[in-house]
Amino acid sequence: MFQTAPCHLTASRWLDQIAEALDTRPVLRRHRREVARIIDPDALCRAAAARGLTVVEDGAHILIQNGSHRFPAASPCSSPRTPLTREGPGWEGAMANDLFNSFMTGPDEKGRFGIFGGRFVSETLMPLILELEEQYENAKTDQSFWDEMEFLWKHYVGRPSPLYHAERLSERLGGARIYMKRDELNHTGAHKINNVLGQIILARRMGKTRIIAETGAGQHGVATATVCAKFGLKCVVYMGAHDVQRQAPNVFRMKLLGAEVIPVTSGRGTLKDAMNDALRDWVTNVRDTFYCIGTVAGPHPYPAMVRDFQSIIGKETKEQMMEAEGRLPDTIIAAIGGGSNAMGLFYPFLDDKSVRIIGVEAGGKGVNEKMEHCASLTGGRPGVLHGNRTYLLQDEDGQILEGFSISAGLDYPGIGPEHAWLHEVGRAEYVAITDKEALEAFQLCCETEGIIPALEPSHALAHVMKIAPDLPKDHIICMNMCGRGDKDIFTVARHLGFDMSATEGRKAD
Amino acid sequence: MTRIDATFAKLRAEGKKAFVSYIMAGDPDLDTSLAVMKGLPAAGVDIIELGVPFTDPMADGPTIQLAGQRALEAGMTLQKTLDMVRTFRKDDADTPIVLMGYYNPIYNRGVDRFLADAQEVGIDGLIVVDLPPEEDEELCIPAQAAGLNFIRLATPTTDDKRLPKVLTNTSGFVYYVSITGITGAAEAQAGDVGPEVARMKAQTDLPIIVGFGVKTPETARAIASVADGCVVGSAIVSQVAAGKPVDEILAFVKSLSDGAHAA
Repeated sequence: MFQTAPCHLTASRWLDQIAEALDTRPVLRRHRREVARIIDPDALCRAAAARGLTVVEDGAHILIQNGSHRFPAASPCSSPRTPLTREGPGWEGAMANDLFNSFMTGPDEKGRFGIFGGRFVSETLMPLILELEEQYENAKTDQSFWDEMEFLWKHYVGRPSPLYHAERLSERLGGARIYMKRDELNHTGAHKINNVLGQIILARRMGKTRIIAETGAGQHGVATATVCAKFGLKCVVYMGAHDVQRQAPNVFRMKLLGAEVIPVTSGRGTLKDAMNDALRDWVTNVRDTFYCIGTVAGPHPYPAMVRDFQSIIGKETKEQMMEAEGRLPDTIIAAIGGGSNAMGLFYPFLDDKSVRIIGVEAGGKGVNEKMEHCASLTGGRPGVLHGNRTYLLQDEDGQILEGFSISAGLDYPGIGPEHAWLHEVGRAEYVAITDKEALEAFQLCCETEGIIPALEPSHALAHVMKIAPDLPKDHIICMNMCGRGDKDIFTVARHLGFDMSATEGRKAD
Repeated sequence: MTRIDATFAKLRAEGKKAFVSYIMAGDPDLDTSLAVMKGLPAAGVDIIELGVPFTDPMADGPTIQLAGQRALEAGMTLQKTLDMVRTFRKDDADTPIVLMGYYNPIYNRGVDRFLADAQEVGIDGLIVVDLPPEEDEELCIPAQAAGLNFIRLATPTTDDKRLPKVLTNTSGFVYYVSITGITGAAEAQAGDVGPEVARMKAQTDLPIIVGFGVKTPETARAIASVADGCVVGSAIVSQVAAGKPVDEILAFVKSLSDGAHAA
C-alpha cells in the first residue's frame, strides 16, 4: 500500500500516485480515468459511493475499499467533510457537483456549448448546414472515412508530429520542463491541414466540386489550396486585402497551387471580412460549393467538426507524453485566434483535471479601452457573429470592432464558442500577450532552439516565458508549436528595423 | 391585427399587389434618410422596410454593405433607428414599418428591452436575417408574444420538407428570396418565381412578397404579378449612394410602385 499524499503536495503529483496505485488493482482499472480526475476529496468520496464502493476512514486518510482491496485515495485535511452514502443526506447535492460530468460531451443537439455556438445563419444556408451535420455524423462513425484520414495524415501530412523537449529553452528560463508539439513540421507548415483533409474528404463524399475558404495568415488558405490540388478540386480563397499584403509569400503559394485568391476590401480587409465574403459566396453558390472553415467557429457543426479533426494534436501529445515522461503534462498552452490549434490540443485533456489549460489571445498593443487587440475573452463580451454566439469585440451598439494584432492569424474579433464556454465554466484559463512580447518569444525560440516559429505560436511561447521561470523543474509544460515562421520573416524584419532589401545581394542577369 | 395585416386586407379588397421598399436607416445621414422615409408612403410604398446598419451584413451585397458603412460612419445606431421611427410615426399612423437587420445589435441591447422599445415607437414587424427557425427561441417567439410580426425569409433552397418549419411562427407575410445569393445580385426571373410562390401558397395563407434582384419598374410589375407583391432595396439605395436629391429618389420609388401596382 502506498503512502497517501499529504495535502501540501501538488494535486497533479498526488493524482499521479493514485493513478499508479489503481493500476496495480485490475478490478478498478476501468475507473482509473474518472478517479484520477478527482482533486477534491469530498468529490472522490461521492464518486466512490456512486460506484457502490465503500468509503472508509482511518483517521488520517480516506480509503476506498472494493472487496478485499483497500487503498487510500484522499487526505481529509483540505476541507470539512461529511461522509456520504447512497441514501445519506446530501446525495443529490453530490450528484449535482459537476466533478463527474465530462467536459467532452458538447455540443448539444442545437449545436450549443452552454449558451455558446448555435446556428445563426440565413435561411439559404440552413438546409446545407443541416445536410453537412448529417453527413458528418455519418462519416464520424464510418471506419472507411477515418481510414482515409489516417492514411493521408501519415503519408501526406507526416503525422504524428514530434513531441520535442526544448532543453535549451527550458534551461534558459530556468524553471519548468518545456515541450513543444511540433505541428509546424506538418506538410504546408501548420496545423491547418489536419482539419482541411477532413473537410475535403467530406466534401468529396457530398459530391461538391468547388471549395471556398477564408484565410487570415494564409495558412488555412495554403492548406486548402494544397488539398484541393491533390484532389483536383476548384479552390477559391477569400483573404483580407490587408492580409494579402502582409502575408505575400502565402498568397503566391496559393496561386502556385492553382487557387484563386480574392482580396477582400470590405471592412478593414482582415480575416473577419474575408469570412463575410466567403459566406456571401456560399449563399450564392450553395449547390456545388463546400465552405471549408479554418477554425472552430461558424455555425454548428463546424466548431465541433473542426475540433474533432484537430484533436489529433492532443491525442498524439497524450501518447507521446506518456512515452517520454510516463505521465501527463501539468500545463498545456496554445495560441488562439479562432482557436482551432488550441481546441485540438486541449480537447483530449479536458477531463484530465490535473492538467492546467491555458489559451493565449493576441493582446496587440495591449488590452485596454483603446481596443487595439484581438483578445475576445479578455476584452470582449458575448454576441452573435458568423453563425455562432460567442465572445466578440464589439462597441456599445453591438457593432463588431476590428481586431488588432501583429499576427494575421490571430486577427479575429471572435473566438470559437467552445472556448467561450470553457472560459465561462472555468475549465481553461485565457490570457493575453502583446505584439512586443510575442516578438521577444519569436527571437528567443530562434536563438535557443533553432526553430523559427510563426507569430501565432510565438504568443503561446511568450506566455510560457512568463510562467516557466517560477515553476519547479519537474513541472511539465507542453505548448503547441502550431506553425512555422517562414511566412512571417518580412513582418518580423520590419518590426525589428531590419532592411531585407539590403541583404538580397545582386540579382542574376 | 397589426398594421401589416390591415394593409394586406386593404390591398386585397382593392385587388392590388403590395409594394415594399427598403432603405437603410441613417444613410447617408439621419436627416436625409428620415426625409426619404417620410416621402415613401406618398410615393406609393405600402410597407417600409427599414434597414438597421450592421458592420457585418453577411447576406447583403456591396450596395447594402456600403449603405450600412455610410450610416455607421455618420453615427447611426439602433437607438437612433428607433428614434427615427418614433419621429416618422408622429405624422404617419398607418404605414407598416418592418425593421430589417442582423441579430447582434438586438441581442446586445437585450431582447426584452428591444421588443418593448420597438413596440413603443411603432414598429410592426421584424426581419432578422441570421435567425433561422432553429433559433426561434431567441427572438421570434418573444417578438410574436409582444405583438410584433416576425417575417421569415424562404429561399430556393427551402424545399417542401423544410417549408413547414419555416412557415411555423412566421406572421405578417413571407419574404421569398428570389435567388440563391445576396441582395442586389442577379435579376429575379418571374418565370422562376411563379412556381415557387405557388409551392408556398399550397402551404400557407400568408401573403408572399418577393425580393432580392428586383431593380426596375418592369421587373417590379412582372414579379408582383406572380406573387402578392415585391420588395425593392438595393436599386433605391443605389440612388441614395449616387447622392441624388430626396425628390429624385422618391420619383424613382414612385416609378417602381407604379410598376408593382400595375400588376
